[in-house]
Amino acid sequence: MAQASAVTKASVSGGQNLTRVLGQFAPLIFLFVLVVIFAIATEGRFLNPLNVFNVLRQVSIVGLMAIGMTFVILTGGIDLSVGSILAVAGMVAAIVVKGTNQNTLSLDTSEVQGFGVGTALLAAILVGILVGFLHGTVITRLGIPAFVVTLGGLTIWRGVTLILSNGGPISGFNPDYRYWGQGLIELPWLTEMVQARVPIGVPIPVIIFLLFAVLAHIMLRYTRYGRHIYAVGGNKEAARLSGLNVQRLTLSVYIIMGFFAGLAGFVLSARLNSSEAVAGIGSELDVIAAVVIGGTSLFGGEGNVLGTVIGALLIGVLINGLVMLNVSSYIQQIIIGVIIILAVAFDRYIKSRRR
Amino acid sequence: MTQPLLQMTHIVKQFPGVRAVDDVAFTVMPGEVHGLLGENGAGKSTLLKILSGAHQPDAGSIRLNGTEIQLSNPFEAQRKGIVTIYQEFNLVPQLTIAENVFIGREPTSGVLLKWGEMARQTRDLTDRLGISLDPMTQVRDLSVAEQQMVEIARALSMQSKLIIMDEPTSALSDKEVDLLFNIIRELKKQGLGIIFVTHRLEEVMEICDRITVLRDGHNAGEADVKDIGIPDIIRMMVGRAVDDLYAGQHKQHTRQAALSVHGITRRGNAQDAAAIVLNDISFEVYKGEILGLAGLVGAGRTEIARAIFGADPYDSGEVRVEGQSVRIKSPEDAIRHGIGLVPEDRKQQALFLALAIRQNMSIAALGKLLQWGTFVRESQESKLIDEYRQMLNVRMTSPEQLVSNLSGGNQQKVVIARWLALQPRVLIVDEPTRGIDVGAKAEVHALLHQMADQGIAVIMISSELPEILGMSDRIITIREGKLTGEILRADATEEKLMQMMTLARALVS
Repeated sequence: MAQASAVTKASVSGGQNLTRVLGQFAPLIFLFVLVVIFAIATEGRFLNPLNVFNVLRQVSIVGLMAIGMTFVILTGGIDLSVGSILAVAGMVAAIVVKGTNQNTLSLDTSEVQGFGVGTALLAAILVGILVGFLHGTVITRLGIPAFVVTLGGLTIWRGVTLILSNGGPISGFNPDYRYWGQGLIELPWLTEMVQARVPIGVPIPVIIFLLFAVLAHIMLRYTRYGRHIYAVGGNKEAARLSGLNVQRLTLSVYIIMGFFAGLAGFVLSARLNSSEAVAGIGSELDVIAAVVIGGTSLFGGEGNVLGTVIGALLIGVLINGLVMLNVSSYIQQIIIGVIIILAVAFDRYIKSRRR
Repeated sequence: MTQPLLQMTHIVKQFPGVRAVDDVAFTVMPGEVHGLLGENGAGKSTLLKILSGAHQPDAGSIRLNGTEIQLSNPFEAQRKGIVTIYQEFNLVPQLTIAENVFIGREPTSGVLLKWGEMARQTRDLTDRLGISLDPMTQVRDLSVAEQQMVEIARALSMQSKLIIMDEPTSALSDKEVDLLFNIIRELKKQGLGIIFVTHRLEEVMEICDRITVLRDGHNAGEADVKDIGIPDIIRMMVGRAVDDLYAGQHKQHTRQAALSVHGITRRGNAQDAAAIVLNDISFEVYKGEILGLAGLVGAGRTEIARAIFGADPYDSGEVRVEGQSVRIKSPEDAIRHGIGLVPEDRKQQALFLALAIRQNMSIAALGKLLQWGTFVRESQESKLIDEYRQMLNVRMTSPEQLVSNLSGGNQQKVVIARWLALQPRVLIVDEPTRGIDVGAKAEVHALLHQMADQGIAVIMISSELPEILGMSDRIITIREGKLTGEILRADATEEKLMQMMTLARALVS
């Protein structure tokens, strides 16, 4: 009855414009400051191309999963099971390519002949998609909160991984397989410029990560599907009453999450030349941290993939920089935790000024 | 003459943009059942909130038994003996009756509850009400009527002098209403004052001793019930001029039915699976017509809209669009058949407050703006937005502006534009002008006329009778889930409509 009729803000003032711009780039500014600090503190060693690519390579596994997680969190959901999906997908890929779940440790002398690398990659991704489909179906059809379903998934798929591998790792892949994790596109001019002893180049995982980041960005920013994702996260009821199939959209993000976790599982196993049953334990926290640091709201409807990429970079840079500065790993954990909170607090502060 | 139990004088309560209660007087005698009546938005709720301590009046005085009192919060009101029983009960379902009655005031010895004491006192109270309930029963096992008894028992346990009952009969069966009325008469005998708020005028005649009618935040009348009849009450509730907010008009509509509804029935609400929410609803709306759907809050107006739109399921019945029977199981289906809905609660059900005007306006019509079936053509989208900005006179800085920064009226225009962009055959608007200022209201009305001119069939739900009368070609009324009448605008008056909305059968035809 007594509704206050809000006064229209006829114009956005210059100050608001500035904070709006700042709001979009808050994580980027944070990252930039961190890089400068580390560059100075390490007397430039941090910016050595070898180190830069090293950081990027480490970031790409968490980064790939964080892209998928961005879709999930944008709808207001969560997926705690990503580390386990990564492990089970990596293990399936290893079994497919080696044709056995025995840890032969032999590169090319094994008696059993496995399938090709392409088949292994496909298998990993299919496993991820299947798991995501199962999670999404339980969440949407039975109405059980995503937190609960994926918390269950976290232990279920870890258990499946352990069964598949008899608890141990499956190691020793052919070079084609390893290329997906260890290979790089060489940049001779850069190698020459810094007179490095080993060839310098862009690691394959980094290329995969950036490729999918661009693809995901286009999906979320320029397609109808992307608009629908934001709408579902922004207001589920309004989305439904606008004719969106909220259930199908919700299901789709868990499938996308599974795709990325499966892909990440394959890449990680190729990089380590080993599929570990314990791979990715606890990685859901890094993944969620990357998304949240990147400015995506845990309530859904707000955020983007660019922020997530920056968030993942921020965590990678932080860990690498602290290691280079010989900060004890105990203290590292404290610093990383504080930075996560600070980054999000900064982001929230900037956004609250916009309102 | 005895001293009044409650005397409120010159009460004023101002909200931004509206004076909800303006110089209102309200008196309740001890042992009196006093009906507080008025249309939606007349100021009843505000007055009750002041009395229950939830709102502070800007001016005026409240006297209880002759002593001036301040009610700075609900707790204080309760302590002074003023207890409100809301439509939505304030009970904890998992706790027992005794615990609920004494919640926050449990008799204890040390840290332990005195269960026996609580049970004994609760039984005393239920005895006083003439009902038998085991104090150790969990409240969730009780019927709605029994839960209401627990609320009343709690009120008695607080030594209340004045009990406010807000629509106490809306969820009760006829038999339960009789039981409640017996209890009210019992309380009356014990000298309590009862404020009885209802939309059912027959009940007013049955149980109330006096009534106070509010209209537009002012006193519109006060009378002893024995001196008046229902038509007098209706006249007091609606007697106001229709102003030029509804001046616009549209062309004569066609006789082609755009939408027809046959025998829609829906059972079961949140509390009661057997309750009939929609009872055999049948009507049609023509191309180019504005059909007013009038009824009191909770009568089932919104439920009709949501059933047709596929937002809620219904048990039986049929919907036809342009003569074709259609299966609508979700809003997605409804939209495919050219039906749109502007829901009553803009912020909860229509807007994406964190998103910009662009995303909000085009969300339902994105299918028309696609390239290669997936990419949104933003330049074309911008053109569309600009078109509707001009047509609806939306005051905005750019499509990238957050929709939360717009005024209520402009937000509503964005929601309407969302549906116009789809070029619907049928548009249902539920409370289209709720909470928006007068200027925007007139613009929305002009827009509805414009839509009818384009051949859209418009179904308009409104709690404001002048709006219904000023806008509609034809009006249907609903009461307790059942259509109670149909009337052409030329024949309709507020009195007639109020009768159709409040009475099971019309007094005059």
